[in-house]
Amino acid sequence: MILALLALVTDKRLALVTDHWWDIRDLSNLTDAVYDILRDDLNVPDWGIWVLSGLLGTIGIISFIGGVAIINIWVERRVVGRMQSRLGPNRLGPFGLLQPVADAIKLMQKEVLQPKVADGLVFTLAPIAFTVPGIALFAVIPWGRNMVLADLDVGIVYLFAMSSLAALAVFIGGYGSNNKYALFGSMRVIAMLVTYEIPIVLSLLGVVLFAGTMNLQGIVLFSEEHWVLMVMLQPLAFLIYFLSSSAELNRTPADLAEAESEIAGGYHVEYSGMKFGLYYAAELINAVAVSAIIATVFLGGWWMYKVDEIVPGWMILIGKIYAVYFIFVWTRGTLPRFRIDQLLAFAWKWMTPMAIINILVVATEVMIWEETGWSAAVILPASIVINGALTGLLIVGWVRTMAPNFQRFPDRLRMYSTIDVPSLPAQAADLRETTA
Amino acid sequence: MIEDNAIVIAFWSLSATTIVCALMVAAVRNLVHSVLFLALTFVGVAGIYIVLSADFVAVVQVLIYAGAVGVLMTFAIMLTPGADRLNASTVFQAPAFVLGVMVFLLIAWVAYDTEWRISDREAFTTTAASLGEAFLKPYIVPFEVASVLLATAMIGAIILSRAERDDRA
Repeated sequence: MILALLALVTDKRLALVTDHWWDIRDLSNLTDAVYDILRDDLNVPDWGIWVLSGLLGTIGIISFIGGVAIINIWVERRVVGRMQSRLGPNRLGPFGLLQPVADAIKLMQKEVLQPKVADGLVFTLAPIAFTVPGIALFAVIPWGRNMVLADLDVGIVYLFAMSSLAALAVFIGGYGSNNKYALFGSMRVIAMLVTYEIPIVLSLLGVVLFAGTMNLQGIVLFSEEHWVLMVMLQPLAFLIYFLSSSAELNRTPADLAEAESEIAGGYHVEYSGMKFGLYYAAELINAVAVSAIIATVFLGGWWMYKVDEIVPGWMILIGKIYAVYFIFVWTRGTLPRFRIDQLLAFAWKWMTPMAIINILVVATEVMIWEETGWSAAVILPASIVINGALTGLLIVGWVRTMAPNFQRFPDRLRMYSTIDVPSLPAQAADLRETTA
Repeated sequence: MIEDNAIVIAFWSLSATTIVCALMVAAVRNLVHSVLFLALTFVGVAGIYIVLSADFVAVVQVLIYAGAVGVLMTFAIMLTPGADRLNASTVFQAPAFVLGVMVFLLIAWVAYDTEWRISDREAFTTTAASLGEAFLKPYIVPFEVASVLLATAMIGAIILSRAERDDRA
C-alpha cells in the first residue's frame, strides 16, 4: 500500500485530487487518495468505498473518544487537584500519567456484582444504552473542511435526539437496580434533563437562525464566510447553553443525580466493576461531546481566522474542545452543589425566559438583514454590539430585580430557617453571635 | 447513492426489528420491558424513515418518541402498581388477538390491492428546509392552530395540577 502511494506521487492523476494526499491539514485528502486507488486500480465497487469510508470514520472517532476518556481522567483529577490546593495523582509514571491505566485495570479486576432483586436484562443494558448516545453525538461533528462522518442537514436536531436518549438509559439503570437511592438519582436526572432540554433547544435555535442552517458544517462555514465566531453574535445563547449543558452532564455544580452526601451515589450506586467503569467513561465522553458541540457551534469549529491554513483544522478543534473542557473542570473544581429545587427553578425562571427573549431579538435582526438586504458588514457588527449589551442588561437587570438580596452578614441561620431544629439554647445563642 | 441491494437489506432488517419489538411490547409481562421494546420500535421506525431519506422526520421521531414519549411512559408506569408482572393479563386477550389479526389483514389487503404510483421525482436533498417553508407559508393556519391547541393543553394541565394548592398560596 505504501509503495503504491509512493508510486502515485509521481503520477499526474494526483493533480486532479483537490489537494495533495500528504496534506494532513485535512485528513480526507489522504483517504480520498486511498479511495481513488481502490476505485481505479483495484476496481472496488462503490458500496465497498462507502462501507470503508464509514468504517474509517467510525474507527477514527472511536479511537479519539477512547484516548480522550483515558487521558481526561488524569487531566480532570490533576486540574481539580491544582484548583483545590492539592497534588492530584502523581505517583504512577511521570506526573502520574499512568494513573488512568491503573484505574482501568482496577475496575476490570473488580467483581461485577448484581443485586439479587435487580432486573437482570435492564440492569446490564443500562450502562451500554447510556454510553452509545454519547459516542453517537460525535458523528456529526466536522473535523475539517471535508472531514465529517455524517454530514446531516439536521445535525442540531440530531444532537438533541441523541441527548434525549440518554434520559431513558439513566432511568432504566435506576429502575433496574431496584434500589431506592438509584431510583431517586434517576428521577433527578429525568427532572433535570426534561427541564434543561428547553433552554438548550432555545439557545441553539438562535444560532440556527443566524446561520440559516442546522448543518454543523454549515454553521462553521457561516463563521468562516463572515469572519465571526458565533459566541460574539450570541453571547447569551452561549451562556445559557453552557450552563444548561453542565446541568445535563451531571457535573459538579449540578451533580444532584449522584450527590454522594444526599443519595449515596445516585443512579449507579449498585454498579461495580466495568459496568460502573462504563458509566464513568460515558460521563467523560459526554463532557467531551458537549465541549465539542460548544467548540463547533459557538467557537467556529475547525476554523480560526487564517490559523487553519497553517495548523490542521482537527488540531484546532481539539484545542477548542480542551479549552471548553477546561472551563467545565474549572466550574467543577470551584462551585458547590445546587439544591434540586434551586436548579430547576433556575432553568424555568431564568434560562427559559432569557432564551425566549434572545430568540425574539435574533429573529428581528435576521428579519432586518433579509428584508433590507444590508450587507453582513453592517448587520453583524451591529448585532454583536446589540446582543452583547442585551446580555449584560438582562443579567444585571435580573440580578438587581429578581434575585434575593445578598447578605454579607446573614441575620438568621439560613439553612435552618424553615426546619425547626431542636438545639441547646446556649449553643444557638453562640451560633447567632458568631454569624452576626 | 448506495445500490438498491443495500436499501433492501436495510429495509427488511429494520422492518423485522420493528415488528418483533412491537410484538414484544404486547407479549412481555413486565411493563418496563414493554416500554423499552416500545422505544426500540420507535428507533426502528426512525431507521425506516432514514431509508426513505426523510432525515428530519427520522431525527424528530427519535427525539420525540424514543426520548420524550418513552420517558413519559416510564413515568406513567412508575405510578402503576404491579407493573413488573401484570402486562397483558386481561380477560380481553382472545378478542384483542382476533381484532389485531383482522386489522392486520385489512391493512395488508389494502396495501396489496392498491395500485401504488411510483414517482419519478428525486429524493429531497434538504427535508428540513422544505418542511419549514411548508409550515410557515401554505400551512401556517393549521400549524398555528396546532400550537394554540398544545398551549391550551399545557395551561389546562398546569391549572388542573395546581388547583388543590390554592388555599395554601
